[in-house]
Amino acid sequence: MRIGNFKETYAADEAVFTSPTSRFWVAVLFIALAAFPFFAGPYLLYMANHTGVAIIAAVGLNILTGSAGQISLGHAAFVGVGAYTAALLTTRLGLPFLICLPLSGLSAAFFGVIVGAPSMRMKGLYLCIATLAAQMIFEFIFIHWESLTGGIRGINVPAAEVFGFRLNTEFSFYFVTAPTVIIAVTAARNLFRTRVGRAFIAIRDRDISAEMMGINLFHYKLLAFGASSFYAGVAGCLNVYLLKIVTPEHFPLHESIRYLAMIIVGGLGSVLGAIYGAIFMTIIPEVLQSIMGLFQGLSPTIMSYLYPLQTVVFGLLIVIFLVFEPHGLAEMWRRLKNYFRLWPFEN
Amino acid sequence: MPQITKRGRRRNGSILKSEDLCLAFGGLSVLTHIDFEVAPGEIFAIIGPNGAGKTSILNCIGGFYKPNRGQIYFQNQNISRLTPDRRAQLGLARTFQNIALYRGMTVLDNIKLGAHSHLKTGILPALLYWGPAHREEMALRREVEEEIIDFLEIEKIRKLPVAALPYGLQKRVELARALAMRPRVLLMDEPVAGMNAEETEDMARFILDIKEERDITVVLIEHDIRLIMDISDRVMVVNFGEKIAEGTPREVQRHPEVIKAYLGEKKK
Amino acid sequence: MDILVQLIVSGIAVGGVYALIALGFVLIYKATSIINFATGEFMMIGAYFFYSFMVMADIPAIPAFLLVMCCAALLGFWVERAILRHMLGQPVISIIMVTIGLSSILMGMAEIVWSTDFKSFPPLFPRAPIVVGNIIIRSNLFWGFVIAMGAVSVFAVLFKYTKVGVAMRATANDQMAAFSMGINVRAMFTLAWALGAVAASLGGVIIGNMGGIQPTLGHIGLKIFPVVILGGLDSIAGAVIGGFIVGLVENIAGGYLDPYVGGGVKDLAPFVVLVFILMIKPYGLFGKEEIERL
Repeated sequence: MRIGNFKETYAADEAVFTSPTSRFWVAVLFIALAAFPFFAGPYLLYMANHTGVAIIAAVGLNILTGSAGQISLGHAAFVGVGAYTAALLTTRLGLPFLICLPLSGLSAAFFGVIVGAPSMRMKGLYLCIATLAAQMIFEFIFIHWESLTGGIRGINVPAAEVFGFRLNTEFSFYFVTAPTVIIAVTAARNLFRTRVGRAFIAIRDRDISAEMMGINLFHYKLLAFGASSFYAGVAGCLNVYLLKIVTPEHFPLHESIRYLAMIIVGGLGSVLGAIYGAIFMTIIPEVLQSIMGLFQGLSPTIMSYLYPLQTVVFGLLIVIFLVFEPHGLAEMWRRLKNYFRLWPFEN
Repeated sequence: MPQITKRGRRRNGSILKSEDLCLAFGGLSVLTHIDFEVAPGEIFAIIGPNGAGKTSILNCIGGFYKPNRGQIYFQNQNISRLTPDRRAQLGLARTFQNIALYRGMTVLDNIKLGAHSHLKTGILPALLYWGPAHREEMALRREVEEEIIDFLEIEKIRKLPVAALPYGLQKRVELARALAMRPRVLLMDEPVAGMNAEETEDMARFILDIKEERDITVVLIEHDIRLIMDISDRVMVVNFGEKIAEGTPREVQRHPEVIKAYLGEKKK
Repeated sequence: MDILVQLIVSGIAVGGVYALIALGFVLIYKATSIINFATGEFMMIGAYFFYSFMVMADIPAIPAFLLVMCCAALLGFWVERAILRHMLGQPVISIIMVTIGLSSILMGMAEIVWSTDFKSFPPLFPRAPIVVGNIIIRSNLFWGFVIAMGAVSVFAVLFKYTKVGVAMRATANDQMAAFSMGINVRAMFTLAWALGAVAASLGGVIIGNMGGIQPTLGHIGLKIFPVVILGGLDSIAGAVIGGFIVGLVENIAGGYLDPYVGGGVKDLAPFVVLVFILMIKPYGLFGKEEIERL
């Protein structure tokens, strides 16, 4: 049980990790993350890398949709923009990976602002459909502007090179993914310690009175679109180097919906929620696959049902969470922590 | 017009002036020829029956509604064309009739949000949260705690989510947030609506302190007549969108038009 | 010139069918203010039900039609009671996401039950195309249009003149007032979902008849968003107008631009038009701007 948690300076009170216990656990987490690749097999590393990409994208979407309240059905399109940017910069201009990473983010952010600007006056469903339109338009461009994107065949990309090291295994790439995830998550969390994050939440909760508090709605909505798309672009770049190819089929509407599901299942408006949701939604399909693999002995054709079953489970998870636990995994975690914090007392 | 405040200081000019304000929604006329001036440092009350248009006056001043006719001057500057956020940045703050706190945030965050236009952190420094950003946040925290939270006696609830607070405390937090805007003029829309006698007295005390210690001008809409009589310097009465009386509380109380509006006429 | 007229006529014909599917969305939104992202999947399930009855169970066309309507009504009924009822009062994004989740469930289940193979049913209408002057209209398109417009008219009459229809309009307008008038608001909600599912399913049968069915048929349902945003989210007449506009835009843009870009313009064009319209009128062509009270 944790008691006697008194702070004597404002700085101590405002810190993200406020007690020695939580700081300890964060340190443990860092050590675990650093040691993980040396103990994990290739499959686990593959999962870790992909989960990392999902986390970055989800955290980005959370800034726009969870915190600033602007529903976006086009997030996958921006991931795609980042991916294609990275692929083009590498194959046509020969730029190294570390330069491509921020540039993909900036390119996606640029398009995010372009999509966001005309949608300034739109709200709720109308904004949602406008982002859906953006998703459709980008999908169309990815498939049909063949001279640029390679059409359905896509673009092949060589392995990333950092300081002379070729990163063509899941193991080596992990050392790029993990730090990027940590930086991305920290930056997102930092946003909400400042006036920028507060402005986003104000816009979500009551944008008219936010304006009367001195917040320029246009400026901050554009910032939200831009920041969220930047994250998507970075995720897209990492994805490209992981798969070493970019094709349009990685960025359909279904992916945008998957990202939305991540932040909803995880808990809207919370960075931690986005992380939980990303991990959860990435792991579930794999778990399902393993479970079904167990039954393969009974029915040889059962694996053909894997994909539709994944779709059903995906939908079921969304519905169940929204009906029974609308604040998502983050809320469940908070309740669990409180239970242990006060144990053996009830409250 | 020169105004001698209770402290005997002399000031020239009005701090807030509405000139021939007219507002109509389609065929429905909401405000007609509303003229008034508020002197610096005074408590100016706007009263009238329900539906008289009082909140619409505040909405026009704040920039939420665009009047069909008329001009609004703030500190002798014509603000009629400025957007709401620009007006807030100039020093015009507001509390709302239906509490407009941000339910997704704690009390502390809500109050900090009021200071938004006085801060400078942009998105890049925010993401990095390095030196200047951190220092700005700490200075803000200090200011909010010492100037506002202490003053309004809300220390105990500062980390609570606003949705968990009782109504009276929510109104106080809204006032706190408005104060964080460092306003020169504070527009308050029914600040004691729904409060019991004790809460009303507390709020009245706070409003008087705001006027006297911080030199903030207060424009106040209220139905609680006793509060108005006790703390206002001048009162304006509005009925059906028109000004029907203006003066000190005493004068307005005896005005025949005002009595007619509230109580009706004696049948002859 | 002939091609243009041909495109216009086909556009209006297919637009009529879109209007019917959009009606499925509008009926639900009108009565419950819920945005149903699964409208396309309702449509798809309707087509599959019809296939099962006609082809797998060998039931003749008209009884199969009626059975589909019953099953669709049951589906709508069940969805409202089991899922949407719990979502009252939740924010817009949650409700949108629930129906998105529902659409995933329906699509996955369709694939499990009927597999992803492309299926078609025997033609319902005489094969001969309808010829008017120089214009040829495919028979299933023509008859599909006729049936769709017939169904829309039936729904419109239902809403305007029957007691139940008026009750539903009252519920849509002001729930509290409807309650105090003795209208069973809960039953109205359920009824709205049942009717909405029926309308969408009918549209699905017609579309299935035109091009065959696959579980991804539901994606056509995405097109109803341009339709309802153009026509106003809660207007039956608007759904018809919106449907025509989308059908026209689709066909004309597709007809003229496809050769340059290699296909796919048909699906994109309505959305591009939509974006331009939303930029000028952020609440759609006929939508009401919501005035917020401060």
